[in-house]
Amino acid sequence: MRAADIATASILMLLGVVVLAEAIRLGFRWGPDGPQSGFFPFWLAVVVIAHTAAILVQAVRKHSTEPFASREQLRMVLTVAWPAAAMVLFTHFIGLYVAGAVYLFFYMRLVGRHSWASVVALSLSIPVATFLVFEKWFLVPLPKGPLEAWLGY
Amino acid sequence: MGIDNILLGFHVAITPYNLMVAVIGIALGTVIGVLPGLGGANGVAILLPLTFRMPPTSAIILLTSLYWGALFGGAITSVLFNIPGEPWSVATTFDGYPLARKGQGAQALTAAFSSSFVGALFATILITLFAPLLANLALKFGPPEFFAIQMLTFSSFVGLGGSDPLKSIVSIALGFILAAVGLDIVTGQLRLTFGLTPLMTGFDFIVAVIGLFGIGEILLSVEEGLKFEGARTKMNLRVVLDTWKELPRYWRTFLRGCFIGFWMGFKPGGATPASFMSYAFARRASKHPENFGKGELEGVVAPETAAHAAGVAAMLPMITLGIPGSPTAAVMFGGLIIWGLQPGPMLFKEQPEFVWGLIASMYTGNLIGVVMVLAFVPLFAAILRIPFAILTPFIVLVCAIGSYAVHNNMIDVWYMILFGVVGYVFKKLHYPLAPLVLALVLGDMAESALRQSLIMSQGSLLIFLRRPIAAVITLLALFFFVLPAINTWRRRESRLHAPVAPHGT
Repeated sequence: MRAADIATASILMLLGVVVLAEAIRLGFRWGPDGPQSGFFPFWLAVVVIAHTAAILVQAVRKHSTEPFASREQLRMVLTVAWPAAAMVLFTHFIGLYVAGAVYLFFYMRLVGRHSWASVVALSLSIPVATFLVFEKWFLVPLPKGPLEAWLGY
Repeated sequence: MGIDNILLGFHVAITPYNLMVAVIGIALGTVIGVLPGLGGANGVAILLPLTFRMPPTSAIILLTSLYWGALFGGAITSVLFNIPGEPWSVATTFDGYPLARKGQGAQALTAAFSSSFVGALFATILITLFAPLLANLALKFGPPEFFAIQMLTFSSFVGLGGSDPLKSIVSIALGFILAAVGLDIVTGQLRLTFGLTPLMTGFDFIVAVIGLFGIGEILLSVEEGLKFEGARTKMNLRVVLDTWKELPRYWRTFLRGCFIGFWMGFKPGGATPASFMSYAFARRASKHPENFGKGELEGVVAPETAAHAAGVAAMLPMITLGIPGSPTAAVMFGGLIIWGLQPGPMLFKEQPEFVWGLIASMYTGNLIGVVMVLAFVPLFAAILRIPFAILTPFIVLVCAIGSYAVHNNMIDVWYMILFGVVGYVFKKLHYPLAPLVLALVLGDMAESALRQSLIMSQGSLLIFLRRPIAAVITLLALFFFVLPAINTWRRRESRLHAPVAPHGT
């Protein structure tokens, strides 16, 4: 927990420095018609840097042996995070409906170990229902791929 | 004049279409409130794109009904599963779950829903009476007053929010920084884009809400390896009527809860402290304080009344001042802008049908809501018996669709994943997320109010102290900002605690 706290505060502080540099580039003083573009970001960056510094001091002083997340917890988090990121990546190529179906299928089968029948039924019906609600009912187009093109959408 | 307005509102809210919208909203909202990882704020955010083609009044009725539903849904998981869906339902678990374990889940739920309804009704009546007055006052506000109010908004997160004040301030500043990315509306310059085209449009707070609260919450709940072990309940009319006979006994608790809820609720982040305060007061006033925590009906009544009153009260600053009081209100605020309305005091002058329709729908929505949840509790509770490996990918997919649909842009879905990871880390390290979202929503407005004020005063910050209304608000805001420091100092003086600033708990 302590290490994660220190790491996060450091990253945020770095972010503050980046913003500060950008604000200085934009100009943070009084322009011909009021405060310049960098005025507000400049002071925000100062606030972030000052307060993350204080958080760092606090975190360094604190002694905590409690880990940020146990190995098992981290594994559980990653089993959700990676497939989700993969789905988003695949959406670029095969559209959201197919990517969603594949994602549902693999997650329910490999993580949940549910029966083939229910996995197939759910991973087909959910995207189809989504299609009907969004494309047909509310006319909100979602990303489509080759399959939808082949079906004429 | 007041009666005419509210009649106009009911005229709008009681059309068959708007009533249907309210029913759908409450049903969806209750489901969202019950599902882990989907709370009021991101439920509203995900559905927002579907409202782009609706008339604004129906759209806001859908979203507010969703919010009431989510508040009711939170009570179901708290009582039956000991899982607070939202921070303000934590206090409901104290006595709600023990009651359910004793086989009195139906009584506890009836009490929870009824108290929610009473709290909401009370807050709605106060909104009906005071919103026009507050809006009239706000019409006189200039940029300095608005900036001062925004500072008050954020200062109450620092002073009253309960998280580490340092981390609250960092969250606020980060939200403002994210809001500043993209085009500077005043000078037309590009800021913080570092030459990257995707950054030019900036970060949309709807995507941030879905990522931070939706994906982040899912990651947190899988980490805990959630298994839902719920108490079973049988709901029937007899239990409901019997419980209702018992409830008037707690009228003092109701009244206290209503006032605490409303008073805390129209300040940001107020619902959670309100529910705890109401619970604590009820225990202190009770003749049998030792029964609290073991399954006392009054221990369900107190926090639920206050939380729901606060949830409704959070709408007040949004419609009168144009400042959302909670992340959910912030998403609705964004919706108003997308539908082409300007949130704030002008609504009462320019869009009376919208604003009074919204207020009237608070009455109808909560009434429909309490009837629906009482009737369908077993159905809603059954949702949590769906295996987690089916719920998780489904919720992730819904979040992805919601993020995409805001701008029809894939980059937003990536931002959602990124915000999800940030939300997970921030939650674990106790950086509060609500002020970050609010700062992201209000960023542009706050910045232009500040810049306009400074232009008015030729660069002097004293303008915030020279104008009487602004001065009062500014001083109050400054007080809240330094409150944690004062508390630390006083504690150090009395040597009760270790001489370091309070750590996040």
